Amino acid sequence: MTTPAPSPATGHLRFEAVTKRFGAHLAVDRVDLDLAPGQVFCLLGPSGCGKSTLLRLTAGFEEPSAGKILLDGQDLAGAAPHRRPVNMMFQSYALFPHRDVARNVAYGLEREGLRKAEVAARVAEMLRLVQLDHLSARRPDQLSGGQRQRVALARALAKRPRVLLLDEPLGALDRALREETQAELRALQRRLGTTFVVVTHDPAEAMVLADRIGVMAAGRLVQVGSAAELYERPATRYVASLLGDVNLIEGRLGGGGAGALRGLETPLGLVQAFDHHGAGPAGAPGLLALRPERLTLAGQGLPGTLLDATYLGDRIVYRVGMADGRVLRAAGAPGAGLGVGTPVHLSFSSDDASLLPADSA
Amino acid sequence: MHRAHPLAWAALGLGLAFLYGPILLVVVYSFNASRLVTVWAGFSTRWYAGLLDNGPLVDSALVTLKVALASAGLATVLGTLAALALDGRRRFPGRPLLTGLVYAPMVMPEVITGLSLLLLFVGLGIPRGVWTIVIAHATFTLCFVAVVVQARLRQLDRSLLEAAADLGAAPVTVFRTVTLPLIAPAVIAGFLLAFTLSMDDLVIASFVSGPGATTLPMRLYSQVRLGVTPEINAISTLLIGAVSVAVLGASVLTARRGR
Repeated sequence: MTTPAPSPATGHLRFEAVTKRFGAHLAVDRVDLDLAPGQVFCLLGPSGCGKSTLLRLTAGFEEPSAGKILLDGQDLAGAAPHRRPVNMMFQSYALFPHRDVARNVAYGLEREGLRKAEVAARVAEMLRLVQLDHLSARRPDQLSGGQRQRVALARALAKRPRVLLLDEPLGALDRALREETQAELRALQRRLGTTFVVVTHDPAEAMVLADRIGVMAAGRLVQVGSAAELYERPATRYVASLLGDVNLIEGRLGGGGAGALRGLETPLGLVQAFDHHGAGPAGAPGLLALRPERLTLAGQGLPGTLLDATYLGDRIVYRVGMADGRVLRAAGAPGAGLGVGTPVHLSFSSDDASLLPADSA
Repeated sequence: MHRAHPLAWAALGLGLAFLYGPILLVVVYSFNASRLVTVWAGFSTRWYAGLLDNGPLVDSALVTLKVALASAGLATVLGTLAALALDGRRRFPGRPLLTGLVYAPMVMPEVITGLSLLLLFVGLGIPRGVWTIVIAHATFTLCFVAVVVQARLRQLDRSLLEAAADLGAAPVTVFRTVTLPLIAPAVIAGFLLAFTLSMDDLVIASFVSGPGATTLPMRLYSQVRLGVTPEINAISTLLIGAVSVAVLGASVLTARRGR
């Protein structure tokens, strides 16, 4: 017999109808999710939407009220936190104040009963990985925020978990440091190939870090997809406005269904747009979602008046007053300026516009 | 800078004099060369030297020390366990009742505590002596340890315990490697507090002690009834010193690392 080949990728996390109730409050509501091994998945949503609870359910600090969490096909139900092959990086970092940097990183390895020399070697390796080898004797209170963040990361990765859970990993850093750290985190993940599940409330951060993003609102998973999918083909008003600027125009849906162009009767006239996810039956209220950079000032289209133009360096944002009094935003490349008060037309390609159900959160 | 009114200084001085004047008097007269307590006859340490020759007094001091160490140790272990039980976020039936039961001895009149323990020991047929005082003192100092430790536990960041569990530590290991090192100052402070309370106690010890187990406060009390001697001043000064050191240590430990 030959030894079986190691599975090509471990760290396959799967949620099946996971629900968590705290008393009468439904924190997580029937979440189904399948995370590809070795990828970065971001749970994005406002505070209190259940994303952190989902992370804590995976770590084992809470047990689901219903549903299953499977890691590489194995049900995690009933396994205590210290028996799960996942590790977590806490929002507060949760570094042990009575241990120096090296002994913080060593903590998990000591629990495995490794020999001292082996622990020391692994700790040194982890500290090199996060470029903190020169600070191994410092206490956590002698470190800067960015250094603490990296100690927390090294400590969580030291045990080589199959899945690393990161709760707002960059939330406590200032902006400049955050952008630099995002890139580092991404590079580190590519190198290790560990499945990362990141919780964040910052859409920009999710777009930078994630292979796939799951948007959560009020305990439910609203939409899952790549950053581009969520941006170009949002399923709800909430997703559309979460990721970047968007013009929303309400109207009444025409005939048709998901996966095709259909009409929307709006106060600005009948427009054609793509219905990606099924906005609703004909005659139901619907919404047109239009990204400003997909709206162009043209010779024909929806008529309006240019209210002002803001120069932002890489683009110019025009505010256009429409016939019914609403204001739409269009963004274009900087060029010859148009005078305020000029009559303009806004045009867009039907493929770039999305139809959404009007009542969606 | 705002300067305090002279009257405020006077009030402070009077207050401190009211609180500490009598104690200061005891300390000063312990260094009096005269055998007459009320007549100052120059500085001397002869009463301190004489203490060691006073056999019964030395015996009582040793009993007190033994009782204080044993009862404080017992109270520290039990009080810490009580604090841990009461601190958990988990609600369990009877928790408010348990909280009340742990803290009740704090406000219970000492006479009642002493009397009820005496009745218990007599009822169970336990011969009274050093160990009955130890048990009695542990029961009434336990709640003070619990209060101090619980205050520290409340400040403890829960995510530290979760992080330890997440990194593979079983609950007992979490306690040993994270909880205990972080609450250690409060546990030691609780011990010092229990030690002091035990050393001071007269009422409860009087109820539950037996032949051969006379504590220092009991000895002092019985001697004072026959008249105050400079020796009593000397031993009292030593007691004041020991208590001050312990209380100061406890407050330093609870104040430090309060982050």
